[in-house]
Amino acid sequence: MLSYDALSVLWFILWAVLWIVYFTLDGYTLGVGILFPFLRKNEREEAQLQEVVGPFWNGNEVWLITAGGATFAAFPLVYAEMFSTLYVPLFLILFGLFYRATGLEFMSKGSGRFWKASWTFAFFGGSLAVALLLGVAFANMFYGLAFDRTMNAVTLASLLNPYGILGGLLFVAFAVLSGSLWTAHKVSGPLHDRARSVAGWAWFVVLGLHGLFLSATANRTTILDNYNAYPILYVVPALALLLLLLVRFFYARGRLLWSFLMTSGAIALTTATGFIGMFPRMLISRLDPAASITLYEARASELTLSIMLFVAVIFVPIVIGYQLWAYRLFRAKIRPEEAKGYR
Amino acid sequence: MPDVLLLSRIQFAVTIMYHFLFVPLTLGLVLLVAIMETLYARTKDDLYRRMADFWGKLFVINFALGVVTGITMEFQFGTNWSEYSKFMGDIFGAPLAIEALVAFFLESTFIGIWIFGRERFPKLRALSMWMVALGTTLSSLWIITANGFMQNPVGYTLVDGRVHLENFWAVLFNPYVWYMLVHTLIGSYIVGSFFVLGVSAYHLLRRQHVEFFHRSFKLALALALFATVMAPLSGHLAGLNAAKVQPAKAAAFESIWESGEAQPFFLLAVPSLKNDGNIIEWGKIPYLGSLLTTNSPTGYVKGLGDIPADERPPVWIVFWSFRLMVGLGLFFLAVAGYAWWRERKGTLLEARGLLKALPYFIPLPYVAINLGWVVTEVGRQPWIVYGLMKTADAVSPISIGDIVFSLVGLVVFYTSLIIADVYLLVKHAKAGPEVAASPGEPPAKAPKAPAGRPQEA
Repeated sequence: MLSYDALSVLWFILWAVLWIVYFTLDGYTLGVGILFPFLRKNEREEAQLQEVVGPFWNGNEVWLITAGGATFAAFPLVYAEMFSTLYVPLFLILFGLFYRATGLEFMSKGSGRFWKASWTFAFFGGSLAVALLLGVAFANMFYGLAFDRTMNAVTLASLLNPYGILGGLLFVAFAVLSGSLWTAHKVSGPLHDRARSVAGWAWFVVLGLHGLFLSATANRTTILDNYNAYPILYVVPALALLLLLLVRFFYARGRLLWSFLMTSGAIALTTATGFIGMFPRMLISRLDPAASITLYEARASELTLSIMLFVAVIFVPIVIGYQLWAYRLFRAKIRPEEAKGYR
Repeated sequence: MPDVLLLSRIQFAVTIMYHFLFVPLTLGLVLLVAIMETLYARTKDDLYRRMADFWGKLFVINFALGVVTGITMEFQFGTNWSEYSKFMGDIFGAPLAIEALVAFFLESTFIGIWIFGRERFPKLRALSMWMVALGTTLSSLWIITANGFMQNPVGYTLVDGRVHLENFWAVLFNPYVWYMLVHTLIGSYIVGSFFVLGVSAYHLLRRQHVEFFHRSFKLALALALFATVMAPLSGHLAGLNAAKVQPAKAAAFESIWESGEAQPFFLLAVPSLKNDGNIIEWGKIPYLGSLLTTNSPTGYVKGLGDIPADERPPVWIVFWSFRLMVGLGLFFLAVAGYAWWRERKGTLLEARGLLKALPYFIPLPYVAINLGWVVTEVGRQPWIVYGLMKTADAVSPISIGDIVFSLVGLVVFYTSLIIADVYLLVKHAKAGPEVAASPGEPPAKAPKAPAGRPQEA
């Protein structure tokens, strides 16, 4: 059996993986939300865009809830400190999630132009706020939060440092790229062409911000300490960059699904780059390094970690299995004349 | 910092009660829609498909809000109750994580398959709706497992002043969990069945889609009868169990102040706001108090007077919530019984008074089930974890400004969402089934021709 320490490290990895999967999957959903008002030209295209994310968005969002629940179960101290210190940003993210979901589902269910316009804006604004703030919040997690040993609340203003804002913009750009590629892959008709051209320029924005973000990470954070201790780890950010280049390679050849998958991989590995640099810290203090919380301080009991591992080993593959099955079920191209959307 | 505590408690009450406006309808309605889907799969009768489509659409509107208001709950223990989270994390986090992994993924994935796949893959209709039903029910099991520990802590040890898991099975098979779970599910079936009864009655009164709504009515009536009979029974058993482990709560049910055997029951009792006795006690029925609390006419009940004042729940809230809940429960039983009698006589469609009233009864089971949770949660006070941690010690060290911000935001945004939700439910419920075929007419092909985007009916 695993030792308590090995079990704790394994849970750190699982914890990071849950967040990474959430970022990757909700990335494209949020991207479709951000692009929605600009891509659709008529009601049929609205229905197409709704079907692009409709069957999947809810399942994607559950990865966030699972990541939250797993933080609570495996690292109660991190759960308590992370969400009470990031109080205001977290509530803003929650408000964004409210409106992203209801905007998407409600916009076509009511009647009147005001109704449609309001919920369309809710879908757009909610998605944009969530993507931006999640990017800002996690960039700050990598950078270090402005808390000391009193665990004072971290203000929104202290998160809006250049590095945090850069992280937010990067995730918004990633979401737009991912969402436009997913849309282009899923639909046919004029919407396909529009989404495809958005992906074309979004890629350049991502590439630029990605380069800036990596160099800022190298200069401004302590993330690279682990990499310098174990240079083999540089494989992860290098691979992120390689996948980002492959996005263009496949895009230029019209292999949009592959281009989308490479984007997802790049999002996952870029996020992973940060989590690897945090290890074994889970909440980094930039005011007082000694106030940082490590996984060893935060972990739950050995029994809880073992039971949770047992549950995860059984259910995570089952969940991935039926989610993949759902993606397969809805693999057909969404054509404008057939799309129904949410009604 | 009493103000942060008070505001945090108000915020928790607001968020959980808003959330619980949607959960019980989800739990109750999904069962009826899943049964309709199975009936359709078995009989190939298209009316059942149209029923599942119509009620399923209302289900989906409601479900969206359940999801949205649920996310807040997942994070709120960390944001506002960080001391509680640190104290309880080892036990409380696991059921929440398992709930997400086992239940939320299931319901959210399969609701997507049902919404977007029911026309393309008709064979998956029943399966996907039953998976949603399974997911929602499993979700209630895990969240009540978490709550059960707060009511009756079992299977733990205290290490460094924190709760440590010692026996997972004891936590899961905590009797408190199972009494609460059954009673909550049954209450949700009342919410779901009265919703269907009310909407059906609206249309039956107007003689529109008679066959469609009469069949829906009968299906919901069967569930309503079962649930309204079971609610008092399951509630009584849950109350007996609570009396065993939470004497203060049980005494507050009937506002019993003096310890003793053979407690009477008062038809009218008014607990004082000072939480130190009853101002009025009238209409004494001997032995009934003991009978209700202990299942024995001469059973011993510990009175609130023998519980230190700082360990008593606010009795008047628990007492009135309990009475009102029980009264509503008996009222639902009477309504379901009367509807069943009219249905049996074959005069349901002439029972205009009943059909007129039923739509107005739709909110009442919501009130009752929320009162039930008020009894459960307020009755546990001043403890957040019974006997282990007081609510006052559980709150996060956050600033007043932060909590005012979140509370105002939640109230404003939730209210806007609820207005939208009720508007959509009323609109779609009143519109009736999509294919407006009168009985006897052959049902048209379901989806409208794509010529011109289907403008919402």
